[in-house]
Amino acid sequence: MNEKKKVFREPLTDNQLLMTITICIFVGMYVLAILILKGGFLHVQQVFDMLNDNASLIIVACGLTIVMITAGIDISVGAVTSLVVMSCVLYLNKGGNIFVSILLALGIGLAFGAVQGFLVSYLDIQPFIVSLAGMFFARGLTTILSVNPQKVEHEGFSKLMDTKIVIPWLGYTAKNGNLVPARLELGVVVALLCVVVIFIVLKFTKLGRGFYAIGGNQTSALMLGINVKRTRFFAYVLCGLLSGISGYVFMMHTGAGNATNAAGMEMNAIAASIIGGTLLTGGVGNVAGTFFGTMTLTTIKKIVVSSGLNDPWWQSITTGGMLCFFILLQSVVLSRRSKKKE
Amino acid sequence: MKNKITNIFKGGFGQLTIPIVAICMLVIFNLFRDPSFFSVGITHNNDGNIVLAGNLISIINAASELAVLAMGMTLVTAACAGQDISVGAAAAIAGSAFVKVLKSGPEITGFSVILAFIIACCVAMIFGAFNGTLVSVFNIQPMIATLILFTCGRSIAYWINGGASVPVDSPIIKAIGSFIPGIPVPTPVLIVIVVAIIFKLVFHFTSLELFTQSVGINGSASRLNGINATFIRLLTFVILGVCVAVAGIIGVSRLGLINHETLLLDVEMDAILAVAIGGNNLGGGKFKISGSIIGAYVIHMLTVTLYAMKVPSTDVKAYKAIVIVILVVIGSPVIKSKFTKFMTQMKNRKQEVAMKGN
Amino acid sequence: MQEQEHSLLEMRHINKLFPGVKALSDVDFTLRKGEVHALMGENGAGKSTLIKVLTGVYQNDGGEISVDGVKINIRSPQDAQNNGISTVYQEITLCPNLTVAENMFIGREDSFLVAHKNYEKRADKILGELGIPARSTQILGSCSLAVQQMVAIARAVDMKCKVLILDEPTSSLDDKEVKVLFDLMRDLKGRGVGIIFVTHFLEQVYEICDRITVLRNGELVGEYLTEELPQVQLVAKMIGKDLDELSSFEGVEEKHFDDSDIFYEASSLSSSDALPFDFAIHKGEVNGFTGLLGSGRSESVRAIFGADKINGGTVKIKGEPVKITKPIDAMKHGIGYLAEDRKRDGIIADLSVRENIILALQVMKGFFRPISRSEAESFADEYIKVLNIKTASRETPIGSLSGGNQQKVILARWLLTHPDYLILDEPTRGIDVGTKLEIQKLVLKLAEDGVSVTFISSEIEEMLRTCSRLIVMRDRHVVGELKGADLNQTQVMKTIAGGEAANEE
Repeated sequence: MNEKKKVFREPLTDNQLLMTITICIFVGMYVLAILILKGGFLHVQQVFDMLNDNASLIIVACGLTIVMITAGIDISVGAVTSLVVMSCVLYLNKGGNIFVSILLALGIGLAFGAVQGFLVSYLDIQPFIVSLAGMFFARGLTTILSVNPQKVEHEGFSKLMDTKIVIPWLGYTAKNGNLVPARLELGVVVALLCVVVIFIVLKFTKLGRGFYAIGGNQTSALMLGINVKRTRFFAYVLCGLLSGISGYVFMMHTGAGNATNAAGMEMNAIAASIIGGTLLTGGVGNVAGTFFGTMTLTTIKKIVVSSGLNDPWWQSITTGGMLCFFILLQSVVLSRRSKKKE
Repeated sequence: MKNKITNIFKGGFGQLTIPIVAICMLVIFNLFRDPSFFSVGITHNNDGNIVLAGNLISIINAASELAVLAMGMTLVTAACAGQDISVGAAAAIAGSAFVKVLKSGPEITGFSVILAFIIACCVAMIFGAFNGTLVSVFNIQPMIATLILFTCGRSIAYWINGGASVPVDSPIIKAIGSFIPGIPVPTPVLIVIVVAIIFKLVFHFTSLELFTQSVGINGSASRLNGINATFIRLLTFVILGVCVAVAGIIGVSRLGLINHETLLLDVEMDAILAVAIGGNNLGGGKFKISGSIIGAYVIHMLTVTLYAMKVPSTDVKAYKAIVIVILVVIGSPVIKSKFTKFMTQMKNRKQEVAMKGN
Repeated sequence: MQEQEHSLLEMRHINKLFPGVKALSDVDFTLRKGEVHALMGENGAGKSTLIKVLTGVYQNDGGEISVDGVKINIRSPQDAQNNGISTVYQEITLCPNLTVAENMFIGREDSFLVAHKNYEKRADKILGELGIPARSTQILGSCSLAVQQMVAIARAVDMKCKVLILDEPTSSLDDKEVKVLFDLMRDLKGRGVGIIFVTHFLEQVYEICDRITVLRNGELVGEYLTEELPQVQLVAKMIGKDLDELSSFEGVEEKHFDDSDIFYEASSLSSSDALPFDFAIHKGEVNGFTGLLGSGRSESVRAIFGADKINGGTVKIKGEPVKITKPIDAMKHGIGYLAEDRKRDGIIADLSVRENIILALQVMKGFFRPISRSEAESFADEYIKVLNIKTASRETPIGSLSGGNQQKVILARWLLTHPDYLILDEPTRGIDVGTKLEIQKLVLKLAEDGVSVTFISSEIEEMLRTCSRLIVMRDRHVVGELKGADLNQTQVMKTIAGGEAANEE
């Protein structure tokens, strides 16, 4: 008993506080949806669908969280995702190998990450402009590859695409009496894996802690003996790599490449990160929070649609409202913290 | 004498070097590629007006919305060390409000257009003030603060008019969007000139320029000199709001309809780019509106040049990206300091040689 | 000579040149094992330059440094750390968003993975040993500044530092926190660590330090045992006058002021940074706030100008109660303020000399009544001439001017507003002697013209030459007001140094 008492529980950090709020809101909203809207929300499949539809967004948001922790930004992620989809589709349709197509996806992501990382950290150019150029370049390349939508026609890939994890006992009975088992796409597994891996990288590696250190105070990080430039470079490389993975997952979900794929994904990812408790000023953030941020964002959209507000504009207005709420919340938390210090 | 020249380069002219060089290079490139590229002709348009036509005119005409937005964006950048990414969405809102007012009357008259313009301006200023409050009062980074409106702005625009695209058909609107009968210069170009003159007058009759620069360069010192930094930052966003309304109305008039999804789509990125190409520091401080205007024309000339080279419109972005990267790398602090070091080394070597010679 | 055998750190004939300034010339410094050594000197004396040479931020232009008798070359902060020299700066150089344990170990882990549990255990052990009231799992930002500082010290200790430099560690701590820090310092001393202590609190020097090295104008004044150097003597050495020499100095002739002449009067004025104080100044009077750096002199005048958040007190101008809560209020009542930190609070670096000169006047005239270009140019030309500002042209960015000329531009900015009361906080800091004299003359001339001036300087001699009344501050309190016959350097120093020291004479 005494032993247990000695374990001191630390008060919540800013990130934990913001994340807890997000999780509470997510759970609260979901419960509310079950109570009021019933219908689909009662089934596990609803959660699975949300995951299936947003696997690539989760991955991209993780990448952005890393960059935002270092007090940077990368708005090229959506465009890179789209470029990866288009290149892989075209490659597969030429009879390419699945394994090589995965390497291609990762390679494109890495290349974008490395170039942008170099420009930001070694040439000291503002990340917004660098990634804006990256976004233009990736979008442009996508349309150069093909203006028309391209569907994957590749036997092996179709099999991969159709592979779903079927969990019968989580399913539900449809109106006609048939049992509909719960289905989870492979992409979700990849996304969850990414979340876990990045979580570990951020929490338990030298590199990950370096991201936090340079986001917290760049000068201090330098004084503490961290190679600031290299660390920042790797943040962008990781973000690019995740964009590559996201592209592949996106392709596994849609099975087609289109120049307008993943349009506006970067802003959704930034929003998810913010809602998940990543501080805009850097140094604070967590991919677990980002995951819940994405889910919160998706739930809002689902609720809006299920409430019969079918007009798409309701979705973005509620998203904007949520964003406004969380940004102001952060501002309040931040100013409270700085006041306490004084 | 030599000193004077270097001073000019270091001083006011220095900031405009990059945009002017960029535009000159584009002009020379085009002249070599196709000497008739810049020929300006006089033709009759569909309405029987005598108008100017040619690539040059279409470049200047098409860049109008961007030029107007870039002017406002320059001010926000200078004072807040950040950019507004919601200008496209806000322009859609302003455009929708404009159309809504026009459509609510029985017919479109000169008076109703003016009324609609004023209301559109007010709406855009309110949204600008919203962004500005988040930035100046709550100290949120401009890009993140304006992300809210970026996300939901076009939906608000949709909500105003209810439909996907509402046409407005009126000779007045047509005149705003293309040509006023009897005047051969496209109206949007005239509007840009008017806005630029208004900016010039505002700078002349208020201390906006001095205060904005002071706040952007050294907020702490500005405060100790009695400048209300919060107010100045808020003000720049409201001014940008007016620019947004003007740009939105040009856009609506040009097409003769409001499409909340596509009106000035992605213009925010171009506007920020125009500011950067104009030699303005995106980190705030000293600015030159003229640089941003040239920047806007550089972007459109680049685009039109690419079109003329038979690059499909969808692919233009990729080439644009390459040009941006080249420009920002040249302007990056690391490269700049390396260049200065190199120059002093060269100078020293010259002096050494001269000494030896003596 | 015997002493040198125990010496831990030796710096010999250190020189450091900056463009146009010799920041250090031929300075020696010796630190022995297990001693606390105070490094003293006023602004610009060269202490921070010496520290920066030692920590590898600057390269020395001459001289040698040896640790434990071995000559070393310090090229970067990393080099210094590897040689056992650690520094704890006034501004915390740790990451507030990481835990205490992480701050102690980050940047020097050997493995790719971070073993939090292991680090936390080690950190707790060190924290316990040193008696630092922090938990290893705590987020650093949630600790008080004192504890943050101690964590920085703990990091240094764990890195097996031999020389620990504490650069003004106590300036943001309260008495209790200072006591805890001193206990920690004594503990380290017992372990044989040599501590260089930079501070401007004299009491603290006498409480904890074994030896004192005094620098002045980049030169070594001397090294003394603390018990052999009375406080008054120390102040004299820092300021650079021997006591005998000082007493012969004559102050400005005394002026008499009627109470009806009072221009500005504050009672129990306090701000977020300044404790409540009373103050009044007459028309045409030059008074001074003196005291060592950190004594509260700047904070008090900032409160007069409304530069910080005002917490309370009443203010009267020409007998009328007024409210001054922000700078613009003060400016509208004819008060001008030349800030202490020229770079941060004075110049707008990228703007031209002309724009910098008209700024304050423009603000007062208001947003909608801009000064025309030609008017601004004539103002600028006039003041460039009057104050003899050396600039290529009025359009040169102020940032490219020398410090003295920048200061003159800021002075011009305030003179242009024709203030009734001008506050000059360290107008002569870091500028050449010629300009200093010009500024002093200007202050006297302003007073003749009926302007009230408050003048702050680290050089007492300068204050005596210009002020007819001195308000002395120590530890954020007003401890005396000197005028008339009391206005001599001996008395000023005694008052600054405090009652006890004065008795020693």
